[in-house]
Amino acid sequence: MSQTYDITLRIVYEYESPAAASRTLLRMLPRTLPEQQLLAGMVTTDPAPDHRIDDHDFFGNPCTELAHERRLTDIDFLFKGRVLRREPPRGLDLSCAVEDVPREVAQIQSIAPESPHHFLGASPRLRREPEIAAFVRDCVTPGLSALAAVDAVSAALHEAFSFDPGATEVSTTPIEAFRARRGVCQDISHVMITGLRALGIPAGYVSGFLRTIPPEGEKRLEGADAMHAWVRAWCGAETGWVEFDPTNAIRAGTDHVTVAIGRDYSDVAPIKGSLRSSGSHKTTHHVDVVPV
Amino acid sequence: MAPDQMTRFLSGYAPIEGVADELKRPDGSMRPVWTPLMRHLAGQSTETLARAFARGDQYLHDTGVYFRQHNTSGTGTGSTVRDWPLSHVPVVIAETEWAALADGIAQRAELLERVMADLYGPGDLVRDGFLPADLVAQNPEWLRPVVGMTPRSGHFLHFLAFELGRSPDGSWFVLGDRTQAPSGAGFALENRMASTRIFHDLFQKTNIERLAGFFRSFRDAMNGLRGENEGRVGILTPGQHTDTYYEHAYIARYLGFSLLECEDLKVQDGRLAVRTINGPEPVSVLWRRLDSRFADPLELDETSALGTPGMVAALRAGAMDMVNCLGSGVLESRALMAFLPRIARHLMGAPLRLPNIATWWCGQPNERAYVQANLERMMIGSAQSTKLPFDIEANTAVGGKFPCGADETVSEWIDREGARLVGQEAVTLSTTPAMIDGKLVPRPMVVRVFAARTPSGWAVMPGGYARIGRSGDATALGMQAGGSVADVWIMADQPVVQDTLTTRDSGPFLRRLPGLLPARAADNLYWLGRYVERAEGGVRVLRAYHLRLEEYGRRTVPLVDSLGKFLESYGFDTDEAVPDALLSHLDAATTCASKVRDRFSTDGWNALNDLSESARELATRVTPGDDAARAMSVLLRKTAGFSGLVHENMFRFLGWRFLSIGRALERADHMASVLSSFAGGNGLAGGLDAAVEIGDSVMTHRRRYSVETTRDTVLDMLALDRDNPRSILFQVDRVREEEARLAELSGLTQMGEAGRKILLLQTALAVATPEQITARQLSRTRRELAAISEALTAQYLS
Repeated sequence: MSQTYDITLRIVYEYESPAAASRTLLRMLPRTLPEQQLLAGMVTTDPAPDHRIDDHDFFGNPCTELAHERRLTDIDFLFKGRVLRREPPRGLDLSCAVEDVPREVAQIQSIAPESPHHFLGASPRLRREPEIAAFVRDCVTPGLSALAAVDAVSAALHEAFSFDPGATEVSTTPIEAFRARRGVCQDISHVMITGLRALGIPAGYVSGFLRTIPPEGEKRLEGADAMHAWVRAWCGAETGWVEFDPTNAIRAGTDHVTVAIGRDYSDVAPIKGSLRSSGSHKTTHHVDVVPV
Repeated sequence: MAPDQMTRFLSGYAPIEGVADELKRPDGSMRPVWTPLMRHLAGQSTETLARAFARGDQYLHDTGVYFRQHNTSGTGTGSTVRDWPLSHVPVVIAETEWAALADGIAQRAELLERVMADLYGPGDLVRDGFLPADLVAQNPEWLRPVVGMTPRSGHFLHFLAFELGRSPDGSWFVLGDRTQAPSGAGFALENRMASTRIFHDLFQKTNIERLAGFFRSFRDAMNGLRGENEGRVGILTPGQHTDTYYEHAYIARYLGFSLLECEDLKVQDGRLAVRTINGPEPVSVLWRRLDSRFADPLELDETSALGTPGMVAALRAGAMDMVNCLGSGVLESRALMAFLPRIARHLMGAPLRLPNIATWWCGQPNERAYVQANLERMMIGSAQSTKLPFDIEANTAVGGKFPCGADETVSEWIDREGARLVGQEAVTLSTTPAMIDGKLVPRPMVVRVFAARTPSGWAVMPGGYARIGRSGDATALGMQAGGSVADVWIMADQPVVQDTLTTRDSGPFLRRLPGLLPARAADNLYWLGRYVERAEGGVRVLRAYHLRLEEYGRRTVPLVDSLGKFLESYGFDTDEAVPDALLSHLDAATTCASKVRDRFSTDGWNALNDLSESARELATRVTPGDDAARAMSVLLRKTAGFSGLVHENMFRFLGWRFLSIGRALERADHMASVLSSFAGGNGLAGGLDAAVEIGDSVMTHRRRYSVETTRDTVLDMLALDRDNPRSILFQVDRVREEEARLAELSGLTQMGEAGRKILLLQTALAVATPEQITARQLSRTRRELAAISEALTAQYLS
């Protein structure tokens, strides 16, 4: 089963006082993966930059570095393209027991991007949080398979959290969101990653899109109005990486389109910038994911 | 000298049992390499020696060597600048022994280069089981954006330091590899400068290896990295708040490289450039003294306020070389030392010639069990820590105990944290003589040695930076904060080359091009000029005010009132004899100066500090009236001392011109303000005389006009007289002259905005008559001066 989408992502920055020369790093172009193909499309900006480098980062995410040498009052970042998404294979649960995952991780002698070693311990935005660890331990009974354990954590967090775009900001820490039990996909994903790592399960952050209009008769998924985020977890050598969407308590499937993969939000932020502006700025996001 | 004099001198020196000593062998006899120094020390009277030591201390004091120490306990955060704690007796090491050590260092440097190339390249060490994957993946200094990068020069590492200790059996070992941005080489040089002043005879008579050759090789190697017709070499510092800023400024001056902060740099067209007063200038080699992860907020730590966006991309594109390449901090983690011995045999085909401190990573079952079984002789701490073993952190366990106490036992901690911990052998260091209360006593020491990559291989500095423990305790605990530092002499059997940094080429004399001037440095110099002058202007008015306060007492006199109001309009509180606002101006001046210490003379810096400290001291005890007036005279003399040093003695380099422009603009503005308040035609009794007094022109006025002050004589002299250094026009002439020179040097073919504004004001004043200089006209002049300042800032300083 597969689905093709026409996707638009537009992010606009408007500055109160013009920002001087700027450099920006974009991660807006969807990845090409075994289950996903970028059929057409590109990232552009208006005004056009004075310098541009297109490359891939360590985790293989396409990224674009831009330099604008002029003062800007506003800037428009745009991705428009077509993506084919296939259903990930979903066979029998052959994953190892959750307590065996650390041993299986230790067998992997690799620091290549896909290695689970990158996705344990602290990362730039995530530290160890005993409260989250305790919550997650309560969701998991000994002997549970890794895959079932991650499903259980995902379901428990979905149950505990209220989806509330007004409760948090992009800079909210996982522990703040966890204590409030409110937040958006970014918060719930960060909490889940923190919890899985406490269990010894390597876990990473995925940024991407959800289809905007649900298939007829189905409920509209949360997070379709902006960029979405979900979690990938390494469930042992046999099963490898599996993606979970705790905001909707489902596995990621044909409704999800991956843009970037990383340890946490800081690795995948769609725009990182260094705009030297003295005043404040206004940002607007617009996302459209239309099945074709 | 009688042999028994020396015997007596050394008889009280008793090394600790079971600890190696630098001076004495286990049998109590002196190592021959120390003979010249000991003979020299024994042959001096206590007074002569004290005078010699004082010469060294005076040198350090005069050059302003300091060390910023961060307060980690007690009264919260902040830092203090502390005096340089020189232990006057150097550490002496025989050249033959040193040669073997240098050989081991070169091997270790090469090994580290290969390990780094692998960690940022194929990753074979992990794949083949020589390094655990999680130790690399969890290391915060392993920077993923650097993975896959090939340095332009083909090498990641160019300048390294190694912290060495000597074990009880006399062999040397490494306590820590310093690969990130090693400090100390400049401090080693300063220690040497001080020690040559203390022991100048010995430097003539004995064969102490000189340090200059090493620095020349390194400087030439850095210049060599530039290639043909390329950009400059710069030293990147985190700025004046870092604990080793003094060293950065010192070494920049010594080597002749520009000292840059991230703010000075920008990436343009994929290349690194420094923002100068003449626009961007390419930089192609950067000696990085800033930790890697702060270097680029775009690709590295996004919270870094110190970084230059695009730095990683410029490095990746091969547009520059960095000494050392970003990511080199990965080699500093303690845990790596557990694996280096095996990696050395694998990568170099030979065992380590210079071993490191025995280290066991608790992520491996056998190693963890070993650590558990030997807790008493272990120091246990974070596996990823880059601190040296004697920088004991809050969560370090020593000898099976937590020094700060904890809820669990060390053994439980190891079981729980495992892979996050390493055990390191609790080492015993050697002792070296320190002179304390006139007696030689053994103190533990470690020596930091430096290695630089040159076209002919790794060069090792023949000397080093020794740290001396505070107590006689020869364990790592004895090396904690609060000790002293010492010079290291490598003593050769043969006469050594009397070297200096300048090459001994006999080619034709070449005048070096002036260095580039970063806009930020120029801005600080400009404001330094302004703040000192603003303080001086304030002091002059304060003196006039307090003299009259004394004269008229508390009676209400319009002039005293006006002077008071004038002062208040500048934020000076007239109830305070030395107002806080005056102290703030001097503080602001000192802050500006501290940001440009590499371009500022030591004498000027000392004069400025003296001025600021005097003002602060006077503020504590001076009372209004005559007392305050006298205090102001003292401050004026000190200001004149500073200005004299700066304006008479400083080389007319570009930065000096900004300092001068700042001073001239401020002085012109101050005079315009004084004249509009006291000579603007409001008929204030005594106002004209006060203006002449504030303008320091009483004598001149008397000689020149031989009459009472009138509005016209005063305005002629203080606004329009081109020969009076206090007049507005005189100062505008100075601004015009300096700006014209700046414009010429920056190759401007057309007059810029600043130049146009200056010329207009200069012309208006040149053709004006005293009658035309009304209060209104003076206000307009002040607005024009402010517009000139803005135009200069836009044109040169941003």
